[in-house]
Amino acid sequence: MNTKHRTIFIGLIVGLGGVFVLSLALGSVSIPLRDVVTILLGGEGTRSTYTTIILNFRLTKAITAALAGAALGVSGLIMQTLFRNPLADPYVLGISSGASLGVAFVVLLAGTTGTTLLAGVGLLGDFALIAASSIGAASVLILILIAARRVSGTMTLLILGLMFGYAASALVSLLIHFSVADRIQTYISWTFGSFGGVTWGQMPLYAAGLLIGLGSANLSAKPLNALLLGDVYARSMGLDVRRVRMWLISSAALLTGIITAFCGPIGFLGVAVPHLCRVMLGTSDHRILLPAVTITGAALAMIADIIAQAPGTATVLPLNAITALFGAPVVLWVILRRRDVRETFAS
Amino acid sequence: MTPYLITHDLSIGYRRADRIIASHLDLALASGELVCVLGANGAGKSTLMRTLAGMQPPLHGEVRIDQVSIARLAPADLARKISLVLTDRIDVGLLTARDVVALGRHPYTDWAGRMRPEDHAAVERALDGVGAAHLADRHVHHLSDGERQKIMIARALAQDTPLIILDEPTAFLDLPRRAEIMSVLRRLAHDMGRAVLLTTHDLELAVRNADHVWLFGGDQQIAVGAPEDLILSGAFAAAFDSGGIHFHPETGAFTISGGVRGAIRVIGAGVRALWTERALERAGYAIVSHAEDVVEVTENGLWRGMICGKQRDVRSLDELVRWVRSAGEQVPT
Repeated sequence: MNTKHRTIFIGLIVGLGGVFVLSLALGSVSIPLRDVVTILLGGEGTRSTYTTIILNFRLTKAITAALAGAALGVSGLIMQTLFRNPLADPYVLGISSGASLGVAFVVLLAGTTGTTLLAGVGLLGDFALIAASSIGAASVLILILIAARRVSGTMTLLILGLMFGYAASALVSLLIHFSVADRIQTYISWTFGSFGGVTWGQMPLYAAGLLIGLGSANLSAKPLNALLLGDVYARSMGLDVRRVRMWLISSAALLTGIITAFCGPIGFLGVAVPHLCRVMLGTSDHRILLPAVTITGAALAMIADIIAQAPGTATVLPLNAITALFGAPVVLWVILRRRDVRETFAS
Repeated sequence: MTPYLITHDLSIGYRRADRIIASHLDLALASGELVCVLGANGAGKSTLMRTLAGMQPPLHGEVRIDQVSIARLAPADLARKISLVLTDRIDVGLLTARDVVALGRHPYTDWAGRMRPEDHAAVERALDGVGAAHLADRHVHHLSDGERQKIMIARALAQDTPLIILDEPTAFLDLPRRAEIMSVLRRLAHDMGRAVLLTTHDLELAVRNADHVWLFGGDQQIAVGAPEDLILSGAFAAAFDSGGIHFHPETGAFTISGGVRGAIRVIGAGVRALWTERALERAGYAIVSHAEDVVEVTENGLWRGMICGKQRDVRSLDELVRWVRSAGEQVPT
């Protein structure tokens, strides 16, 4: 890590703190920064509603967003290095397809089967959605891990993931075709993604899972660096490629599975953040990239959430629309400025 | 002294495809020795290299390093004994040449990949060893193929293994670069005491640089010896003669035969005569010592051709070849 890297890291950490405070201050009701700080430090705000808003809603949302952004960035980075593919994202193995399928079954089939238990959309509740997408994501995860033990080529896994994604979206299309409008609406809203669904009650599970995944991923800098040279070189340097691959896929899948279950399929951050960090820091060294991606991902997810809340209004925009709408031009600009993605990317 | 690497009754090939490439191999490679593996395309050079590097199990027999069978070595231990340089150009992304060389320290660093002072020193030594210290801070993406190959060799050197195995390290390089890489490798063997084993298609460079040659003969055997011995024994000619290609022990060069247009005698001596013969051979003529058609290399820098009763003086070999061809075609023989 040189002086330039150190400066950037200091900037990133300060930026992360600033964004965190901002995300507590901004929303349908703007809360003065002084109140935000007072409430965070355990004091009382100038209005009691401020305390409620921050502690019960915005704080969980900010933490949810920060952890999700960090986790998406890190699993995107792992997938891109593992598959030597600049377009790889956390969902490349079909995890979100599995989750979508699970949610589609619960939401869309509930109406047509006519069960009274799940009759009203309101009764479905967040818990049912989380359970459904967890089961969907976990099933795919297990399938992938079984496949990863059997096939030797990394590329085969990529194709398996792709094919699974196609099959899942085909099934979802069928379910939509036979469903009713308000169910479809519920399903579509879920695919928009949201950081607002995690309650304090669910937070320990969510946070612990992500922190474990982030920790294990951040310990993998050395093997990831060896993999930059390809499987054969990595093996010749003493890396147990098969075991490392299982380890990396499990970490990334754990992260992605949890996020999809609690927040829906949040797109774009997973592809974009690693590219941004590579260009910003000018290196592919994972010892530097992993922490950078963790911090940048957290900050960008919170910024996306702030924008999606459309501060000062009561409207909430679809999160996925924001991540892509604001993110794509930024990434295009960064990458086109370098002219050639191969310059920054191992393939 | 016991050789660093030996094979004992080794058979290589593919069990699944039921294909034996070579069998009963008893090869030996000593420290400080540069060995070139030669053979026609598809002869099994890469299979041999993969087997020796422990990347592919042998069909029979064993490979021993330092008296220990490599099948019994854990990957991490093997990584301290053998390092690899592969043919493929690999895009590593945004890494400097020094970063790539530093990856070679993988077997020695801790779980986080932290570099100790001795690791940094080994990286600088390796960069110096291949004469690439001036490239250290440049991004590998911006290096030429030859410079990049040097960096990959430096990476293997930084891995600090007694044996370095290289699969066609000179492929894709122009001739001066190939010669340079070979001299780097020779220095690693002779001055730094590494055992260096490489495959190459460049026979001439191999013959001029290798201490020993392992030659795939096509009969599931590998001929071993000093390159000159193998040329004299006819092993080279046997391995490479096929489909109209001939190896000439006199010149160490190949010619393409077939469709001989005629026989020509070249009068003259020295370099100009040599290249005149080459030019005529390329045009499809056999050079013989007695023939009716004659090309004379004259003192005044010209050539005088006497073909089928016609005579002409020409200024260049290009002109000569064209005239010889047209003169020969006009008169049906």
